[in-house]
Amino acid sequence: MKVLGKPRRRVDGRAKVTGQTRFADDIALPRMLHMKLLRSPQPHALIESIDIAKAKAHPGVHLVLTGQDFPVTFGILPVSQDEYPLAPQHVRYVGDPVAAVVARDEQTAAEACDLMEVKYRPLQTISDPVEALQNPEPRIHAYSELGNIHRLQAFEFGDVDEALERADHVFEDLFFYEGNTHLPIEQHASVAAVDGEGKLTLWSSTQVPHYVHRSLARVLQLPASHIRVIATPNGGGFGGKCDVCNHEMVVGKAAILLGRPVKICLNREEVFYMHRGRHPVLMKFRTGVTKDGKLTGMHLQTLIDGGGYGSYGTASTFYTGALQTVTYEVPRYKFEAARVFTNKPPCGPKRGHGTPQPRFGQEVQLDKIAEKLAIDPAELRLNMVAKPNSLTANWLKIGSIGLEQCIRTVVERSAWKSRFRKLGPGRGLGLACGSYLCGAGLPIYFNKMPQSGVQLLVDRSGQVTAFCGATEIGQGSDDVLAAIIAEVLGIDPFDIRCVTGDTGITPVDLGSYSSRVTVMMGNAAIDASNKIKNLIAQATAEQLEVAPDKLVFANGRVAFDGRSVTFAEAVSFAEEKFGTLGALGSYKPPRAPGRYKGAGVGPSPAYSYTACVVEAEVDPATGWITVPKIWIAHDIGRTINPVLARGQVEGSVYMGLSEALMEEQVFRRLPPKLSRALVHKIPSLLEYKSLTSLDMPEVDTVLIEDPDPNCPFGAKEVGQGPLLPVMPAVANAIYDAVGVRIDELPITPDKVLRALELKAAGKTPRVGPTSFPAVPYPEPVIVPPPWEGGDGNAVKGHERTKLKVSAA
Amino acid sequence: MMRLPWFQYRAPQSVAEAARILAGEGDAMLIAGGTDLLPNMKRRQMAPKMLVSLSSIDALKRNGSVYGAGLTLTQVVNSNAPKALRQAAHQVATVHLRNMGTLGGNLCLDTRCNYYNQNYEWRKAIDFCLKKDGDVCWVATASKRCVAASSTDCAPALLALGARVHLVSSSGEREIGLEELYNNDGMDYLKRRPDEILTEVLIPPSLASTYWKLRRRGAFDFPVLGVAAAASPQGVRIALGAVASRPFLVHKANDFLEGKELTDEVIDEAAKLVASRAKPMDNADLDLYWRKDVAVELARYALRELRGDDMRETRLRIARQLV
Repeated sequence: MKVLGKPRRRVDGRAKVTGQTRFADDIALPRMLHMKLLRSPQPHALIESIDIAKAKAHPGVHLVLTGQDFPVTFGILPVSQDEYPLAPQHVRYVGDPVAAVVARDEQTAAEACDLMEVKYRPLQTISDPVEALQNPEPRIHAYSELGNIHRLQAFEFGDVDEALERADHVFEDLFFYEGNTHLPIEQHASVAAVDGEGKLTLWSSTQVPHYVHRSLARVLQLPASHIRVIATPNGGGFGGKCDVCNHEMVVGKAAILLGRPVKICLNREEVFYMHRGRHPVLMKFRTGVTKDGKLTGMHLQTLIDGGGYGSYGTASTFYTGALQTVTYEVPRYKFEAARVFTNKPPCGPKRGHGTPQPRFGQEVQLDKIAEKLAIDPAELRLNMVAKPNSLTANWLKIGSIGLEQCIRTVVERSAWKSRFRKLGPGRGLGLACGSYLCGAGLPIYFNKMPQSGVQLLVDRSGQVTAFCGATEIGQGSDDVLAAIIAEVLGIDPFDIRCVTGDTGITPVDLGSYSSRVTVMMGNAAIDASNKIKNLIAQATAEQLEVAPDKLVFANGRVAFDGRSVTFAEAVSFAEEKFGTLGALGSYKPPRAPGRYKGAGVGPSPAYSYTACVVEAEVDPATGWITVPKIWIAHDIGRTINPVLARGQVEGSVYMGLSEALMEEQVFRRLPPKLSRALVHKIPSLLEYKSLTSLDMPEVDTVLIEDPDPNCPFGAKEVGQGPLLPVMPAVANAIYDAVGVRIDELPITPDKVLRALELKAAGKTPRVGPTSFPAVPYPEPVIVPPPWEGGDGNAVKGHERTKLKVSAA
Repeated sequence: MMRLPWFQYRAPQSVAEAARILAGEGDAMLIAGGTDLLPNMKRRQMAPKMLVSLSSIDALKRNGSVYGAGLTLTQVVNSNAPKALRQAAHQVATVHLRNMGTLGGNLCLDTRCNYYNQNYEWRKAIDFCLKKDGDVCWVATASKRCVAASSTDCAPALLALGARVHLVSSSGEREIGLEELYNNDGMDYLKRRPDEILTEVLIPPSLASTYWKLRRRGAFDFPVLGVAAAASPQGVRIALGAVASRPFLVHKANDFLEGKELTDEVIDEAAKLVASRAKPMDNADLDLYWRKDVAVELARYALRELRGDDMRETRLRIARQLV
């Protein structure tokens, strides 16, 4: 490897640190106008009337739009096209957009918003899942499956009840993971403009320009060929810009109607309302284990608070269960999930999408299991790590697994064996693991086309331009693209120009979500680079009179045995021989083995693995928590740029620790006798608490390289997986320190102190959920695991009995 | 957060001129660093017609036997001020805000509440609150009085130190004990008249002093509890911040400590007396009952440090930094 694996300045690093990167809000076009959205102050209501006369007449106002201007709905998933750009009738949370004003400046637009008179007819509000279950009416959405239950899912892979019956121990635990939000430093912003031919361009801080493109065409009822979406570099995404946003639709419409550029920048409060972040999830785990610490089966139930719209919710709901089988061997698995609608900003994907919640539950439960069985928690896990090149109970295909090495690494570096349970009162160590997708196996809308495409343009000057729809959101996708092409062509990454995230001129890439970019874009880039390399090699081989496959592309030269030409010269030979040079590469993940309905969520070309040890100190008098150090090892397959990879791991640790200790997107209902308000408690960067640099511990990061054959040069994801083990490792460390279980996140000092008081009073030293409401889960889809005679298809209930007999 | 509303801006060169402008303009407010006022104006908690800046007045930057109200918090941190004041100033907000925010500004800081420190649209969604534009205190719905919390760090430190402040208006000037500057009312929290300018802080000599701040994180956050303690030839004084609408001296504890040596038993007893006066409301960060529960510990830390115990390890845990 000439480029990969060596720490480098990222190709877009200089512009970023010198403030020259142009984010969406940096775009200023001639004659540009500014837009503000009027948002509902009502948590749940029907709009009776909107009087826009005063706003329209306000000096400086150019346009006022309401829900009547947008008859077509949209939504990121085909199954939940439930959002209007502006609510025409029904508002579902405080912050739901109902009107828009375009004016000469933002201040004027804001003033005009305040002049609009909206009459609302209030509806009963639903604030949490229990209320949603108890109140099927009024329905937040008519299309939900049952009352206010948006989605119900149930799957059973093997007879779990039987597996629990024959287990030596069955552990039943409840966990709760509070919702939290992405907190990108850059607030969402978009600029829309029409060109002289009436075609629309939208610049937007989005992670998914391709999906925004599709939604704009649908909502604005324009040919997709007349719309161009350019994803500006994002100042952080974390999933918060994965959804198609109301303001993107409205600003596009406004630009078309006015024939002038229009900009909107959300303020921080609005980002908290746009949300699409971590779902609050209540979980119930029933897990059977043998006395030597092998899992016999797991039954997981989840109850998910979805907020006011579908968003990615259906997928998120699947993800609270689908990846539970990828980390450890789970011979039988049953998963039941319900997502409800509530009158709060919609939840969606945040780093780890749906998996951090059950990962927290499982890893804390494993800590309890290890203690009960008197097995070291690291040994317990090492004894059950999933096998490479295997199928899981729910028919996911696992390739490489570096988890064992991850566990051994953090155990050694933290001196686990001599310190776990031995640090004395108030200090402790906790261990946890995790695994994550390297790209979702299926696209969001059904199609059999490539999920990523890369086009290369090479000319006689030696310059290489790479076009790809992938989106630079700070994670370094441009750097990965340049590095992979540079590695194949033997040139410097800085000599490659990346043109990315532009639906008008780049091949389709589905976007920066599900940790898919390195693997999918990377494979497409290798495909395109190899094609170009072959052309150059053929032409150069003729000149150097050698066989093409003897040529070495390195250090900006094409060489054979002491004879060499510069890369530019080699390209000239090829341009002379073949004409203008270009190549296309594309990538589509391998077909997953699962055949049952629902098998589409969970498959991935590869899975990354992480292990983490957290050291915690707890003051018994106050419950105050200090985390002095975290060790983390991540199975990355192969490192493309260690600087970026380590940054992703440390960023994950930061976010994970912040979620573990303080972050919560919580809401406040005022006394119902006096008010019907249901508001976000703290929509501000000051009062929504996240760690500061002073609260960050030392992080010991190790990258474990176990190249995966499905991945470009073996490189797996590193953007999300390292987050997963942090939260449970914190909980387990706190248990080691003071012997109390905090089975819900965030773990705050008041919860620790309450548990310590329970402990002192001789009661169960635990704080966490104490009951799980009755949820009308449907009959499960029954799919026998691979080792019980199934073929990946669902079977009817009576067939299961037959299969069980034959399996026995 | 919205953009700033329009306002007139004046930047007089002297206290007298500032006082004249203030007296002549009905709807004017003083601005020093603006770190509290400007965000509040963006949220429309206040929208004065005129801002009178104090930042061009050199006389407010005196630093020595008296401390000018215009000293930035960073200047206070780096000054020879007693330790409690430097520790308090150091723990305000962040470096950038301390470089702008002033001693006088921190003493006159608006009271804070989760129902009040929100943007205009949010407050509209709850139909506003007693402190601004509404009729109900949502923290204590039966309360006739606003219970927003005093959130200044410097005031409890200065109360414990027995500080006095100098106030100047166009009609005269006066010097009062710092305790007399505050009202226990979240709305009408200052006894400073609207035409008066707080110009100087006078701090009598002390033997030792300390300030302990409880907050979630190592930076940014306002206090949810501040405990200041100072020892002088007159005795030990303890003051609390962030648990009422004003910072206050805990007279019961101070009386108890009179003439006593700070033994472990005495500290425990005094800490209990201090904690019994901490009555936080559910309008700030962190769990209300926990905040009350741990007040005794924080008071103990302060008194132990005042006694001369090495509390650096504890301080590093609580404050995430040594100050």
